[in-house]
Amino acid sequence: MNILVCVKQVPDTTEIKIDPVTNTLIRSGVPSIVNPFDAYALEIAARIKDVNPDSKIVVLSMGPEQAKAALKECLAVGGNKAYLVSDRVFGGSDTLATSYILSRAIARVEELEGKFDIIFCGKQAIDGDTAQVGPEIAEHLDYPQVTCAVEAVVEENRVRVKQEAEEGFHMIGVKMPCVITVTKPSFEPRYPSVKTKMAANRADIPTLTSADFTIDLTRVGLKGSPTKVVKSFTPPCKSCGVKIQEESDEASALQLCRMLSGAHII
Amino acid sequence: MKTSYNLLTDEQQELRLMVREFADKEIIPGVKDLDIAGEFPHELYRKAFDMGLTTMTLPEQYGGMGLDIFTYSLLKEEIARGDAGFAGAIAGCFMGSLPALLSGTDYHKNLVAECLNNGGVMAFCLTEPDSGSDSASMRTTYADDGDSYVMNGRKCFISNGGVADLLLVFATKDRSLGNKGISCFLVETKSAGVSVGKHEDKLGYRTSATTDIIFEDCRVPKANLIGAECEGMAIMNRSLNRTRPTAGAGAIGNAQYAYECAVDYAKVRTSFGGKPICKFQGVGFMLADMYTQLEAARQMVWHACRCADAGVVDRKLFSAAKCFAADVGMNVCTNAVQVLGGYGYSREYPVEKRFRDAKIYQIFEGTNQIQRVIINSDICKD
Repeated sequence: MNILVCVKQVPDTTEIKIDPVTNTLIRSGVPSIVNPFDAYALEIAARIKDVNPDSKIVVLSMGPEQAKAALKECLAVGGNKAYLVSDRVFGGSDTLATSYILSRAIARVEELEGKFDIIFCGKQAIDGDTAQVGPEIAEHLDYPQVTCAVEAVVEENRVRVKQEAEEGFHMIGVKMPCVITVTKPSFEPRYPSVKTKMAANRADIPTLTSADFTIDLTRVGLKGSPTKVVKSFTPPCKSCGVKIQEESDEASALQLCRMLSGAHII
Repeated sequence: MKTSYNLLTDEQQELRLMVREFADKEIIPGVKDLDIAGEFPHELYRKAFDMGLTTMTLPEQYGGMGLDIFTYSLLKEEIARGDAGFAGAIAGCFMGSLPALLSGTDYHKNLVAECLNNGGVMAFCLTEPDSGSDSASMRTTYADDGDSYVMNGRKCFISNGGVADLLLVFATKDRSLGNKGISCFLVETKSAGVSVGKHEDKLGYRTSATTDIIFEDCRVPKANLIGAECEGMAIMNRSLNRTRPTAGAGAIGNAQYAYECAVDYAKVRTSFGGKPICKFQGVGFMLADMYTQLEAARQMVWHACRCADAGVVDRKLFSAAKCFAADVGMNVCTNAVQVLGGYGYSREYPVEKRFRDAKIYQIFEGTNQIQRVIINSDICKD
């Protein structure tokens, strides 16, 4: 199997602060991590490699030079090779532009690493939370896609994917090549070892710029992005609700009715 | 905030953070139950093996990670921050394997590699009921009998004793020869005549499987003798020159966690009008002293390890680093209990365990009194 995993470096905090002037995330001083859903995607890829040891896992990220730290983390837990897509002209890209750039970069990486059978992405990044880039990559490449996977097993020429759904799970067979986006599975990503960590630290991670692959530059960056952010704001915290916990369910129900009736709601 | 860790190489910093995360997620959450039960954490050992933490000092050509003494010590500190006893399990492999790796033949090295690379455990068997600091008085004997030696005797307080697959054993040819009669062997635990004796029920360090090891007419193949006969003490000293600089790392890691607990507690516990207790000088100065002592001990151990890596054998420095780190560890853990007050004394909070674990470092790997004897003897020689 030739597998690609797309990852994003994100700030490691739930307390993301937004610059009130530029409406963008304040990144300085916040430690960076591999987007957790992407780490799960890599783990699912690594599990495919565990079963098919001749598989290769390539990791791809778009971002500034510092994102190489995230790629190195990925190389320590299953990745064989990593590429960073980085160029000033890509800055400010929205999800459509980002997925377009990635799809073009993937074409270039395929020239170097061979055609990919599966492209894994995290379901969404915890900073932007759009869940759009993975599906859009599939559209740009005209590949079938399965979103919100928690398991993926390769069978002959298809992948059997367990997809999380509201009512349970869907078992979906998808032909390769395909794009699979991953949500939180029942397992945690593996730990690196001393050996893989040292090898990852010494690995050479090539940077691909807009000069390295064929791309329509009118479709990238701020200018190439149809999404315009009008306003970013932190929604006000909802006030605490009332918790009813009487001795029995019946007593709780009665208490609820009493309160609703008292407030003239019922 | 920058700390002295920023001076480490990228690789050292990353390995350290990797082990710290492992300790936070895998060791610390389950350690209270393991401590109460006094159980060796087999599952944890397996995970540590998968990460290469049990083969850190095995050379790369023998399938290990090939880390230097300094990096090993750095990671040992982080493992001990998770649990002292578990760090001891890993240190037992280091101490058990090193004499064979430094003074043994390819056969010995492969025996060690085969054990450790398969997730096995090693133990260093020196101490006996009546022979601690005074190794020359040991009673475990061996006798030449054709193509093998026959070993008899009892070792005690053996870290990893209950779980080891391969033992490094010191035994004497003739007790009247004292230090000059001691030889060093590799003995497989599965050999006939080897049995595990009493499990020590200990004050602390309870996740370490510390037991007696008994030899009853145990046949040891002649090939398993490391070096020449009666060279045991020289082999041990060669090994100690590399293990002793790291001995303090466990004490520091254990105390570091107690210190972190004390700081966290002192920041949130308020008293006398809602002021956090860390803002009161009585507590604040204790925290400052704990930090100062820990950092001094850490730098001393780092320095000793760097000397060892550079081939500078400064015996009194190595002993001083072990002795100082162990004393600091005890002191810091005592004060951590004090900062938490009644909660520090309660089993509900994690610092009382650290306090109990800290004590072992003043006793094993050469008591702090013996370290002072070594330091003083070198001072008087200079």
